[in-house]
Amino acid sequence: MNTIPIEYYLLISAFMFSVGVTGVLIRRNAIVVFMCIELMLNSANLALVTFSSFLGDPAGQVFVFFVMTVAAAEAAVGLAIIIAIFRNKLTVNIDEINIFKW
Amino acid sequence: MIELIYLTILLPLLGFVINGFFGKKIGNEKVIGLIGSSTVGISFVISLLALIETINLPVEQRTNVVELFTWMSVGSLNISFSYLVDQLSLVMALIVTGVGFLIHVYSIGYMHGDKGFYRFFAYMNLFIFAMMNLVLGDNFVVLFLGWEGVGLCSYLLIGYYYDQKFEKGTVAQAAKKAFIVNRIGDFGFLLGMFLIFETFNSLNFLEVFSQAKHLTGAETTFGFIALFLFIGATGKSAQIPLFVWLPDAMAGPTPVSALIHAATMVTAGVYMVARASIIFASAPVILAVVAVIGLFTAVFAATIGLVQTDIKKVLAYSTVSQLGYMFLAAGVGAFSAAIFHVMTHAFFKALLFLGAGSVIHSMHHQQDIMHYGGLKKYMPVTFLTFIIAAFAISGFPGLSGFFSKDEILWFSYANGNFVYWLLGALTAVLTAFYMFRLVSLTFFGEERFSHEKYHPHESPKVMTVPLIILAVLSVIGGWIGIPEVFSGEHGNVFHNWLAPIFLDAELKLAYYGAHSHTEELILMAISVSAALLSMYGAFKIYTQRREIAEKFALKFKKAYKVLLNKYYVDELYEAAVIQPIQKSSEKFLWKIADNKLIDGVVNGTAVVITSFSSVIKKMQTGVAQFYALIMMAGIAAILFWIILSL
Amino acid sequence: MILEYILFAILGSVAVISSIAMVTRPSPVMSAIFLVLNFFALAGLYLLLNAQFIAVVQVIVYAGAIMVLFLFVLMLLNTDSEHAILKEKRNLKFIGIFIAVLVFVQIGYIVFYSAPSDSVTKEIAESINAGKIETIGTELYTTYVLPFLASGFLLLAATIGAIVLAMKKFE
Repeated sequence: MNTIPIEYYLLISAFMFSVGVTGVLIRRNAIVVFMCIELMLNSANLALVTFSSFLGDPAGQVFVFFVMTVAAAEAAVGLAIIIAIFRNKLTVNIDEINIFKW
Repeated sequence: MIELIYLTILLPLLGFVINGFFGKKIGNEKVIGLIGSSTVGISFVISLLALIETINLPVEQRTNVVELFTWMSVGSLNISFSYLVDQLSLVMALIVTGVGFLIHVYSIGYMHGDKGFYRFFAYMNLFIFAMMNLVLGDNFVVLFLGWEGVGLCSYLLIGYYYDQKFEKGTVAQAAKKAFIVNRIGDFGFLLGMFLIFETFNSLNFLEVFSQAKHLTGAETTFGFIALFLFIGATGKSAQIPLFVWLPDAMAGPTPVSALIHAATMVTAGVYMVARASIIFASAPVILAVVAVIGLFTAVFAATIGLVQTDIKKVLAYSTVSQLGYMFLAAGVGAFSAAIFHVMTHAFFKALLFLGAGSVIHSMHHQQDIMHYGGLKKYMPVTFLTFIIAAFAISGFPGLSGFFSKDEILWFSYANGNFVYWLLGALTAVLTAFYMFRLVSLTFFGEERFSHEKYHPHESPKVMTVPLIILAVLSVIGGWIGIPEVFSGEHGNVFHNWLAPIFLDAELKLAYYGAHSHTEELILMAISVSAALLSMYGAFKIYTQRREIAEKFALKFKKAYKVLLNKYYVDELYEAAVIQPIQKSSEKFLWKIADNKLIDGVVNGTAVVITSFSSVIKKMQTGVAQFYALIMMAGIAAILFWIILSL
Repeated sequence: MILEYILFAILGSVAVISSIAMVTRPSPVMSAIFLVLNFFALAGLYLLLNAQFIAVVQVIVYAGAIMVLFLFVLMLLNTDSEHAILKEKRNLKFIGIFIAVLVFVQIGYIVFYSAPSDSVTKEIAESINAGKIETIGTELYTTYVLPFLASGFLLLAATIGAIVLAMKKFE
């Protein structure tokens, strides 16, 4: 067995996911938060491709295809929302956009 | 007719519903009165037919149960609305419906013009319904239902003139007093019922009594049961210590006093003791207590009645005293004598009250006998019937009261002891005295009222006819209970009729000792002559030489005052019982237990929830990152759980 | 074989380091650049896994389209750098870091505990076959044709939504 064991790929995926979570929780700039979300999505993609490759099942990579589609759509719409908010509040600081406060 | 006995109960209920809900619309007094009286009258006829049917049955078959439907069936507790038709319950049913019917008819005249006419008849019918449940029920629960029901109707009827004043308080207060004092007794009754169920696992009369017959060695249990039941009886039948409500109950209309507080409701206690005779017979100590309390009450109330000036008050204390006689009889094991006195007392006491009502009615509701005098020429029928009743209650030979009272006195000597007889005879003397004091001051002597204010007249026929019927009954009613000394062996019809009911109790009590007929005649002669002397003395004093009475009162001023104030019993209760309870309730139960504890718990629960939520609501920050943090925490928790299950 | 290990080591560390760098840069543009670097590293990793199609699509779509979009928006909004990331709301942020680390440790533990290496062996031929564009295309147009069409609608909706949301009202 001279190939890289599957655990290492999954470990990289887990690490990227955690870093993405950290970024979502820590950063104040809304756009940077979005980018961290993309990072999390990519970590999921990596895990999917890993399994697909090791199991020889293309279904995993088809799923990655769809994930990318959805991520693209979500990024577009999310950024449009941020632009709309920026027009009204002139800020992309999450701490100042808290109209759901009780 | 025995199978249709439940009609005697349902018809008055129907009368209550019709008069109560539609009476105001009907409006016509004659119709309302007709409905009210006829339901009771038909019940009387049905009871009479049931009696005739029972007479024609052989003795062993005279106990019949008519079941209507099951009320509740839980575990071993099976209670149904079923009615027992036997010798004892038939006697009581006839008394209730018979005298009740006469009083209903009388009330049509007495309550004429009163704006609550329909309400009166509705309540009276409801009372008959409850009383019939009481006397006909075949288990303790139906009896208790009737017991409570008559207490309720007593309250409703005493408080009939609900917006008027009465002595130092209001009519409403008098009604409340009656109800509350009754309830104290009822508490005892309930405890007795619980004990009965625990001991015999049933509340049905026939089952309980057949078990009690064979149960030996459970002296204390029987003692407690009998004691609790008797406490209930003292409440309902106005014995010491719970008699204080009966004089106040005179705040109600006079027919109410006649029906409820003379003839029927107050005798419920005696009926109950007689019905449960086997239980009382198994607890000889408590039976002795019953006799002593009955005797003591008889003397006590008779002394108070000597000096009262309100005509109804005299009769009220007389009732308490006569009830004491009934319990004395039961206490010495002469249960059928007690029931016999119930019957005769119903006749003459109802007559006395109705006659008093006739007088009150014609004297524009003046009740003070000091304002009467010489009324016999204005109200001849009332006078005649009243004096017949007075003779009856005083034990004039040949009238009904003579036979029943004498039987009681004889058994209090034969089964009891000489002291019982002596005090009983003393009470008879006092009874004769105050009754004839009443008669003399009311109907004889000079008129102590002015004719501009009062126009005494005879009452209408609808009131006098019941008086006449009751007078006839007071005369001949005792003839079915003529004692053996006159009527020979097994000549006492009434006693023989009821004997099978009390057989088990009498066997357990096992009264031995033959007393001769001579003893009986001697004692009878003594008590009768004493009573006659007392009658004559009272008559002479109060018609001609009242100064004697007044001098006597001045000489024993202190004693007179004590008697006039009824031995200050009400004041004693007020100070010893009512005030402490009221104060402690106010200071402790209200301010501390209710305000602080209970409100504290309830409000505290709300405060806890509010403070808890005020902490939790801080989670709604509106900041998305915070929510994301919580989500991640949840994911960490789920992963932890997955790790645990690996 | 050795080459595989070396490549994996380099690409893996680039991916890891660039992700950390992305999260910690105060300037959003620097974060975007590092994210692009991360995507390239990921594409390399995909190639190592014989996922040819996905690797190419990753570069084209993610690095080429989405990140360009991000950079455009950043340029438009002209935001300031975020100074002193950990200055405000310290406690919450530390809790957040802690939870993220905790999640990583948990997932790592689960991965190593379940030891998929024992049950999953990589058949090279199958692996290559799975990554071929023919295979993926066949799957897309046969088994998963409905989601494929649905994603088309999704993209249409997203396009319209983005335009509507970001549009300036015509007076």
